[in-house]
Amino acid sequence: MMNVMVCVKAVPSTTEVKMDPVTKTIVRDGRQSVINPFDASALEVAVRIKERLGATVGVMSMGIPDTQRILRDCLARGADFGVLLSDRPFAGADTLATSYALMRGIDKVRARWAEQGSGDLSLVVCGKMAVDGDTAQIGPELARQLGFACVTSVCEVLEATEGALRVLREVDGGHEEVRVSLPALITVTKDVCNPRMPSITGVRFGMQGPVDVWGAADVGADPGRIGLTGSPTQVVRSFTPERASGSTPIEGDAHEQARAIVDMIKEMA
Amino acid sequence: MSGLVVDTQACIGCRKCVRACGGTAGIVVENRKARVTATCTMCGTCVGVCPVGALSIEKDEGAGSQDLSSYRDIWVFAQVDGDVVAPVTFELLGKARELAAQRARCGSPCDVVALLPCGPLASSPVCGDGEGSGAAALVAGGADAVIRCRDELLAAPDARRMASWVCELARSRRPEIVLFGATGFGRELAPMVAAELRTGLTADCTVLAIDETTGMLQQTRPAFGGNLMATIVCPGHRPQMATVRPGVMAAAVPDPTRPGTVEDVALPAGSPVRAAEALEVLRRIPRDDAASITDAERLVVVGRGIGSKKALPLMRRLCELLGAGLGCSRPLVESGWLEYRHQVGQTGVSVSPKLLISVGVSGAIQHLAGIGGAQTVIAINTDPDAPIFGVSQYSVVGDCNEVVRELVSQLEAERD
Repeated sequence: MMNVMVCVKAVPSTTEVKMDPVTKTIVRDGRQSVINPFDASALEVAVRIKERLGATVGVMSMGIPDTQRILRDCLARGADFGVLLSDRPFAGADTLATSYALMRGIDKVRARWAEQGSGDLSLVVCGKMAVDGDTAQIGPELARQLGFACVTSVCEVLEATEGALRVLREVDGGHEEVRVSLPALITVTKDVCNPRMPSITGVRFGMQGPVDVWGAADVGADPGRIGLTGSPTQVVRSFTPERASGSTPIEGDAHEQARAIVDMIKEMA
Repeated sequence: MSGLVVDTQACIGCRKCVRACGGTAGIVVENRKARVTATCTMCGTCVGVCPVGALSIEKDEGAGSQDLSSYRDIWVFAQVDGDVVAPVTFELLGKARELAAQRARCGSPCDVVALLPCGPLASSPVCGDGEGSGAAALVAGGADAVIRCRDELLAAPDARRMASWVCELARSRRPEIVLFGATGFGRELAPMVAAELRTGLTADCTVLAIDETTGMLQQTRPAFGGNLMATIVCPGHRPQMATVRPGVMAAAVPDPTRPGTVEDVALPAGSPVRAAEALEVLRRIPRDDAASITDAERLVVVGRGIGSKKALPLMRRLCELLGAGLGCSRPLVESGWLEYRHQVGQTGVSVSPKLLISVGVSGAIQHLAGIGGAQTVIAINTDPDAPIFGVSQYSVVGDCNEVVRELVSQLEAERD
């Protein structure tokens, strides 16, 4: 039987994100976060593999304690267990420190599997990117730390066996069909599949199923490599971009406006 | 201890930070002073909104701080696409030259070095020497030196192998800065390199500059759809690494008389590149170029404001006349007017055209997230308060179909 881990992130509910018209900053009105939509697709990929081949599917996130709610929702949608990495020292992590923490967490899950004699990890599935950060770095960084092969931007899983995956991925200039031996990490786009709704039994399992919360010490993380301390990058300034005196209006009737646009395009060319 | 710090002398208790923080309540205001709570995740959002600069994130340097003085040059990864070096490489070289000049001004002169992994000599003109070769083009484009490896193992864009190659070189030669194009391949490769070298990486930068007092690379990238920009540095780790969006930086005019060296390196017998198992590519399906909007230089993006599906032929005609691609906002995909591959925005594709004409798009923040890389945006909308006008350089308030009809007839007249 295969062992699969899915990494998910809690992101601000995208439909609720509003801009403050005066300060031009994000208004976070305290509504609940949701699962990053790309990660919902990642979970669905894992659950479909479980249904076809038989697999144990774990779901892992790093975040504030409230993120357990999202892991429970993943259990309702087919995951077998959840792990939340939540601890003060994890806070303020950039992608390198985050991928390191996830790697430590996954290693602890692997140790547990080894103890139970239930085999090793064969596949990690991540969303291609998170809609709030949009770096798309966690997948490849985590793969490198695990020493796994990495296939990014998978848009279709064509064939899954215990030893390999055959997938279609987006690449520069088109698509590629590749075969990758397991263990491997894949990142998926949103059109890889549509996430299912939880079933009644799923919802019940979601409430009762196992979700562990682990701190930095639980996963044996090097304190110098997690959180703000372990993050090489540092945001020194965030600001609203200057848009030189805003938008220049193009006045007149439709004919005159079109004339002005045509002139502008000619000038640019 | 690292964390968010409040300067209580400066704090005026305006609660802007509390509003910015939202649901997690990582910061509260008590007795007119802000206080950080245990749920703060140090995301930094409040730091940007504080009107008096009372908030900052202070950081202990990890034990891993390295001796930084031995790092020197600026490296540009040259991505080979088939028989050519990808255009973004030359944009990176143009920028790297500016950065090198800035470094020289603050007393740290350095070379611009291009890394060129390619197949064996005979496999493609790009691997050759002299005129028309990749190495010559890189020198003409601004490289002082080219490090080239011609090996079958590096002929295909396999990120795992390529990462091993770059890491091996970076460990022995210690570059100060390494830049990658934020292409699909670059965004897979760069994080692998960063993870192995245990250094920082900033994705999708739109502005790069050297802070001439510290010599550090300031990397600026859009966040939240370009409505907020974040400047990021990597103080204690080397190399400083960034991916840069194609089409944002300007390539230098190639100068075939520029001097530059070309060094061929071989893969040593024990190289990790040899050990890395390559992905087995079974089939390549080239993109239908007409449908590709990611790399389009001109783009017409249509939204619900065009009223009905019947307006689409008119929009397509405009695209034809301009040689532009056609994109759309999410509602049009959801209504089934256009396919998903046309969708621009947070859950669609990000675009970075030189010219973007936005037609009847109101400009939801998720949509704006996808057009942050556009150079010039001309927006046409009936609503003068539409958020799209907040990001466009030119605003045309009016009936978008009428304006486009006029545009089409004038462009047709020009052509005849």
